[in-house]
Amino acid sequence: MTDRPRLLTAALATALVLLVLAAAGIGAYRIPLPDLIASLQHRAHLGGHALDQVADSVLWNVRLPRVALAALVGASLGCAGALMQGLFGNPLADPGIIGISSGGAVGGVAVIVLGIDVLGTWTAPVAAFAGGLVTVLTVYVLSRSGGRTEVVTLVLTGIAVNALCGALIGLLLFLADPTAVNQVVFWQLGSLSSAGWSQVLAVLPFAAVGLAVAPRYARQLDLLALGEGPARHLGVDVERLRLVLITVVALLTAAAVAVSGIIGFVGLVVPHLLRMAAGPGHRFLLPGSALGGAVVLVAADLAARTLAAPAELPLGVLTALLGSPFFFWLLRRTRSRQGGWN
Amino acid sequence: MMGRFLTMRGQNGPPVARHHPWSTRFARHLQTPSKPAPGAVVAEVSGAGLLRAGRTVLDRIDLRIRAGELLALLGPNGAGKSSLLALLAGDLAPTAGRVLLRGRPLDSYRPAELALHRALLPQASPLSFPFPAGEVVRMGRAPWAGISSPEQDDAAVARALAEADAAAFTDRPYTDLSGGERARVALARVLAQQAPLLLLDEPTAALDLRHQELVLRTARARAAAGDAVVVVLHDLGLAAAYADRLALLHGGGLAGYGTVGEVLDGERLSEVYGCAVEVLPHPRPGAAPLVLPLR
Repeated sequence: MTDRPRLLTAALATALVLLVLAAAGIGAYRIPLPDLIASLQHRAHLGGHALDQVADSVLWNVRLPRVALAALVGASLGCAGALMQGLFGNPLADPGIIGISSGGAVGGVAVIVLGIDVLGTWTAPVAAFAGGLVTVLTVYVLSRSGGRTEVVTLVLTGIAVNALCGALIGLLLFLADPTAVNQVVFWQLGSLSSAGWSQVLAVLPFAAVGLAVAPRYARQLDLLALGEGPARHLGVDVERLRLVLITVVALLTAAAVAVSGIIGFVGLVVPHLLRMAAGPGHRFLLPGSALGGAVVLVAADLAARTLAAPAELPLGVLTALLGSPFFFWLLRRTRSRQGGWN
Repeated sequence: MMGRFLTMRGQNGPPVARHHPWSTRFARHLQTPSKPAPGAVVAEVSGAGLLRAGRTVLDRIDLRIRAGELLALLGPNGAGKSSLLALLAGDLAPTAGRVLLRGRPLDSYRPAELALHRALLPQASPLSFPFPAGEVVRMGRAPWAGISSPEQDDAAVARALAEADAAAFTDRPYTDLSGGERARVALARVLAQQAPLLLLDEPTAALDLRHQELVLRTARARAAAGDAVVVVLHDLGLAAAYADRLALLHGGGLAGYGTVGEVLDGERLSEVYGCAVEVLPHPRPGAAPLVLPLR
């Protein structure tokens, strides 16, 4: 049992490396594996050789930034999902429920529709990030009373905020001209097709901080499974833990939403599968979900751009198609286990 | 994480530096809470009152909880027993009077520090994720991270599992256990915490006869070993048999506080419980009195 996390980590890491190589090579312009490795070696000054100009450009300006972005967004979403589920003590919790995704979407949609362009290509990502962060902080402030937050209140406030954000997006779409509507819809479907190194750099600091901070709270999240009272009795500063982790979740999801739109269910499915495979301990679950999220999203993005080639499926649609049946199954199973909702 | 640079002052002596087994960089200056002397006051409730949503939940409560003593909190539903435990645990602050733990107000403790001084077994112990029962018990050692050695932790967990008769199902997921088994695992977790003030809220509610007796014998043994133990009970017979002192709550106030003989009085119990109760001497000399509703 204690070897399971180690085995899974090794398996996931291997899968990620193989998928990254596959995703970098496969596409409209095929790059054979030997060439791929030679080019990687060449750039790392470890021998190898340079590719011809087209192949080099495809690999380094198109494929690799996209693969890197998929891995970063997937890792952020997976880890954020595991954190949320631990924080709410509910395996059905998802970063979306506290309104970060839709809050981020409001920000992103607003700048597209209103034609705001103060930060150039950075405008939409920054606005989406700000929207997500403002939303999650609003939810948190609204749901606190007497210095504490009831989880039920937090979730219900999240639902209300999600409804408001949905209405705001609808209103913006109503006001928008047709080209903006197209842009918004595409962004809302979730996609990595606009990936470049600038987006990778935009996500990297947020993802890195979030992914580095999260595992430090693994033990306290384990204790939180006992409930807030018992966790407090065991020395956990519950209020502080929650504030830190909500900030980390906001960082991780809002940054992911900002560059890729709304990509659902990765944060729900990945931690859940890993919990079934290796137990609920967060020491493995948090980094494991990051790794698993990266694997899933690199694979999903590869599928999204190759299944219907030369057309490209929207990534968010693909993950939702695969993820929502899983969610249904999870709902049924949870309800039959508990004999109803409590 | 919690309290990495924590400094803890016990009642006696200067702080003692101990090195964290796996990270001397974060060596914490911690001290195991010094064991209170037998009979010393561990927790003191003076003139404590509690108002919640405009309703008086507790009113002018005076209690002294001493090391080596088992105090049973009795009273009908809604009398304020759990609220009083919440005051003692530091979960709620009194709106009048004060509650001191080893001479200090509870809100002067940091959570990590308080966890070394008091443990509380809640009425119900749900768990969000299916941790194995053994890991749940090990969670009780969390306050000791960086203070006790892994061997001491193992020993404390093993002892707690034996005391609560829960060693048989350590590998099973907690969420798959029966109500009574969960109650014993939850108790083992609280015992593993090894806090000198042990607060148990209806620890016998889900248990069969044998395990009810076992729990109270364990509580007794902890008191004999020098801890202060407070147990909320509904079974007056169990309270009479195992407690050193009884506190009878009624409508948020103390209707009786003293030894078994002083508090268990038929007339008083009848009034408090709103139901005729008689207290009879046990036919076997030396045994605790029998408390029975008049039927």
